[in-house]
Amino acid sequence: MAFDEYQKREFKQVGTRPNRPDGVDKVTGRAMYGADMTLPGMLIGRILRSPHAHAKIKSIDASAALALKGVKAVVTGDDFARPEDDFLRDVQENCMARGKALYDGHAVAAVAAIDAATAKAALKLIKVEYEILPHVTDVDAAMKAGAPIVQEGRTLENVPAGMSGNVTSHSEFGHGDPAAGFAKADKVVERSFKTAATHQGYIEPHAAVASVTTDGKADLWCCTQGHFFVRTLCAGMMGMEASQLRVTPSEIGGGFGGKTTVFIEPVALMLSRKAGRPVKVVMTRDEVFRATGPTVSTSIDVKIGMTKDGRITAGEAYLRYSGGAFPCGTIDMGGQAAFAAYDLEHVRTYGWNVLTNRPKEAAYRAPGAPQAIYAVESVVDELCLALKLDPLDVRLKNAAKKGTKSSYGPTFPDIGLVATLEAAKKHPHYTAPLAEGQARGLSCGFWFNFGGNTCVSLNVNTDGTVGITEGNPDIGGSRASVSLMAAEELGIPYEQIRTIVADTNSLGYNDVTDGSRVTFAVGLATIKAARDAVRKMCLRAAKIWDIDEEAVEWKDGAAVPAGPNAGRFPPMTLAEIAADSFATGGPIAGHHEVNVDGAGVSFGVHLVDVEVDRDTGATKVLRYTIFQDAGKAVHPDYVEGQMQGGAVQGIGWALNEEYIYGRDGRLQNAGFLDYRIPVASDLPPIETVILEIPNPGHPYGVRGVGETPIVPPLAAISNAVSRAIGTRMCELPMSPPRILKAIGTTA
Amino acid sequence: MRYLAAQSVAEATGALAAEAGVTRILSGGTDVLVQLKAGMVEPDLIVDVKKLPGMREIRAEAGGFRVGAAVAGAELGEHAAFCAAWPGVAEGFQLIGSTQVQGRATMAGNLCNASPAADSVPALVAGGVVARIAGPGGERDLPVADIPAGPGKTNLKKGEFITSFFFPARAMGASDAYLRFIPRTEMDIAVSSAAVNLTIGADGKVSAAEVALGAVAPTVVRVPAAAKAIIGTKLDDAALAAMAKACEAACNPIDDKRGTIAFRTHTAGVLACRAARIAHERAGGKA
Repeated sequence: MAFDEYQKREFKQVGTRPNRPDGVDKVTGRAMYGADMTLPGMLIGRILRSPHAHAKIKSIDASAALALKGVKAVVTGDDFARPEDDFLRDVQENCMARGKALYDGHAVAAVAAIDAATAKAALKLIKVEYEILPHVTDVDAAMKAGAPIVQEGRTLENVPAGMSGNVTSHSEFGHGDPAAGFAKADKVVERSFKTAATHQGYIEPHAAVASVTTDGKADLWCCTQGHFFVRTLCAGMMGMEASQLRVTPSEIGGGFGGKTTVFIEPVALMLSRKAGRPVKVVMTRDEVFRATGPTVSTSIDVKIGMTKDGRITAGEAYLRYSGGAFPCGTIDMGGQAAFAAYDLEHVRTYGWNVLTNRPKEAAYRAPGAPQAIYAVESVVDELCLALKLDPLDVRLKNAAKKGTKSSYGPTFPDIGLVATLEAAKKHPHYTAPLAEGQARGLSCGFWFNFGGNTCVSLNVNTDGTVGITEGNPDIGGSRASVSLMAAEELGIPYEQIRTIVADTNSLGYNDVTDGSRVTFAVGLATIKAARDAVRKMCLRAAKIWDIDEEAVEWKDGAAVPAGPNAGRFPPMTLAEIAADSFATGGPIAGHHEVNVDGAGVSFGVHLVDVEVDRDTGATKVLRYTIFQDAGKAVHPDYVEGQMQGGAVQGIGWALNEEYIYGRDGRLQNAGFLDYRIPVASDLPPIETVILEIPNPGHPYGVRGVGETPIVPPLAAISNAVSRAIGTRMCELPMSPPRILKAIGTTA
Repeated sequence: MRYLAAQSVAEATGALAAEAGVTRILSGGTDVLVQLKAGMVEPDLIVDVKKLPGMREIRAEAGGFRVGAAVAGAELGEHAAFCAAWPGVAEGFQLIGSTQVQGRATMAGNLCNASPAADSVPALVAGGVVARIAGPGGERDLPVADIPAGPGKTNLKKGEFITSFFFPARAMGASDAYLRFIPRTEMDIAVSSAAVNLTIGADGKVSAAEVALGAVAPTVVRVPAAAKAIIGTKLDDAALAAMAKACEAACNPIDDKRGTIAFRTHTAGVLACRAARIAHERAGGKA
């Protein structure tokens, strides 16, 4: 692993801000998004969805739909074989219900027709006979004895006996003896919190075009964060070999974790197989809200003890997460992340996942962490207020650092939390005066960051330019970052490199674009692929100069003799070596394939000032500053963009975003009108301060940056609002009616 | 579905009256097209009325203004004389949607869509504005306040549509204001709203007033008791408190995804007081 390790160096290109390669296409409307793909003879697919929160599907009669002129195929759950693997079966049954509709919007049938109007008309002709069952959408209600059971028999053996059948898994993390710790505290605060499910809110609805041919081959074009995983899932459901299903990702109009699974892709494939023609399925916004993955809804109890001088003596959290109608592992990440920012002797988290009649959770930026850390950081803030302590000093006093045994087990290597807190403390924002009715809040945030399977090819063209082929859809400027790292390593200008995201047949397996892994892992593989190409180019130069390979080294974009003993030859540039390559052994390419280890955790601190209108309950965000450790910011524009975007999504989550269910268990706000993400005029300029504490596990010190910034806003804003109104807010979102009620203005 | 771009009022009213199925009037289209796309309505006939004579005109009449029913928000907002006389009407209208929507959206459409939360309606009601209606039997005038019948329903008869609005002449010292509460800063629908139209007399006190509330009942509501609370005052705290109380008493809202009964009722009073202060200041009043 020595090769992976960070080495201090002076960067020439990494850290600059060149234009993004996909920018012109995106601002001129030329970029091909999921819905832009069309094929000759293509049909339009539409999906019929359950209007009930929980219902037995007694029968589906599609005969009238099939008799309608222009209808070419109808698909129901019965068209798919039942996978043995639990995970695959859950994904499949989320794409197309079998036996029971588990939530409002659950797909029950699909139709392919010659045009959208015919497909729409056909949906109305499909007769589904439902037997409506009692439903439950609230996580606490679902845990109670006697609650309607969403799915029978899904409880893992680690769940204690006697709990509701909706509880599917249990996890515990931590060390020490919290009871002993609480005994040493001068003050112990215990609070219960709730957070609403929120949606990723990407602008681009899911879209897919599938073409299955009669000889069993298939092509699928879709907007996704991970086309290799799409292939795995779809091949499994379709009973196909991976080699026969080629998946090509489109440009992607936002994902934030929500496009790391499949919803319509297997349906489009099955419709195409049955119809014998290509089929396009594009979700409406209503479908996106009702049937794709929001994040978990949660109910959390936190207990923390503190001494008068601000030392945390123990922390404990009980976390109840619901990932909707299917088992969900996000609870484990919540339990691990809850206390990650603190160096604690006694810490313990207990987590339960609970089934409810809601759509299946999909990842949403740092899945599970924002909710748990919101609850912990709220209680820490309450303790600071009660003990009259400075909230940054308290966090500095208890901060996790190199050598800390983390609350979830591993011992931290070099991490940036203390540096981040110190940067916040000396920033003018922290001491800026506040007017009457205004208050300041802060919170720490944390995310693990992932590495994973990665495969990169780097082709040296004969004109001295370079093409890079990678396999991770670019959701945050990664093509620019990958090109920059290759330019740095090869010593050629950024503009001479073009990086593309290739289909599943063009490369080995690449994990999904998730876990903030791409700049880190694809970057690492790119650097190594570049080094592989450099080694081959040095070999060509050695051949031409007729000296030993070891006597050639790479410097500033050219092969040079390694020292005076190697001989006196002028530098031979990449372009010169490439131009001669046909005569020196053929084309030159570098490759690297790896399951990357060594992702570095990332900490952030957010400072926010708010003003609350006590007569209307409206919260105005006045000033916002983010401090975050990026390891190394390869393209600082995109690092800042991630930080700002995370904060904005967190502001929406804290103040207005929520899945609202009616008494009938149906989603009341399946659209951007009543699912309120912030608009530009809701937001202040968001200032960013990038810190660079190198990750020892990456050659340039890179850490993932995409997820940490959505973690702190929830508590930072809640702490600010609570201080502004003089009452602790314990539920998200802090919508104006909830604030007026908390103040006591309304009953 | 048939589409008719009517060339005359008679053609439009005739076609609407003759159609046995579902009809919709297309003016700006900012509601109808959205409803079509969402599958909320499947009309048999759509009659486009925005090309009819006078529909997009703003002209002086009897010391006041006649505003064509298809005048878009952006057009009205650029009419300096209108905006000076009726700033509350202009601001209510211009709160609807985005810049793009403002290029198409009309007050008549907002009124006839008949949402209790329609942003342009409270100020029209408080202003005593009268709609001119064309129908198979000819023209008639009806106060805006009498047009909404309930959520999604109007008192217009089959074949009728609005062709213009008449804004009466303004007295000296008269102005208006409109405020709404939304959880965001724009691109949203009122959770509650209030319009106040008032006149300040020679003695510096409010001599006439009208108050209308939105999103707190099945239709926009006039609140004479709230107006009475501020007439004869300089908007002192006691007058405003009485006004807020009268507003709260007039509220009959629903609990829904946008707000609770308690929240809507309370904020309607808050907004009416704030709107009254703004209208008062615009009218040249001094506290």
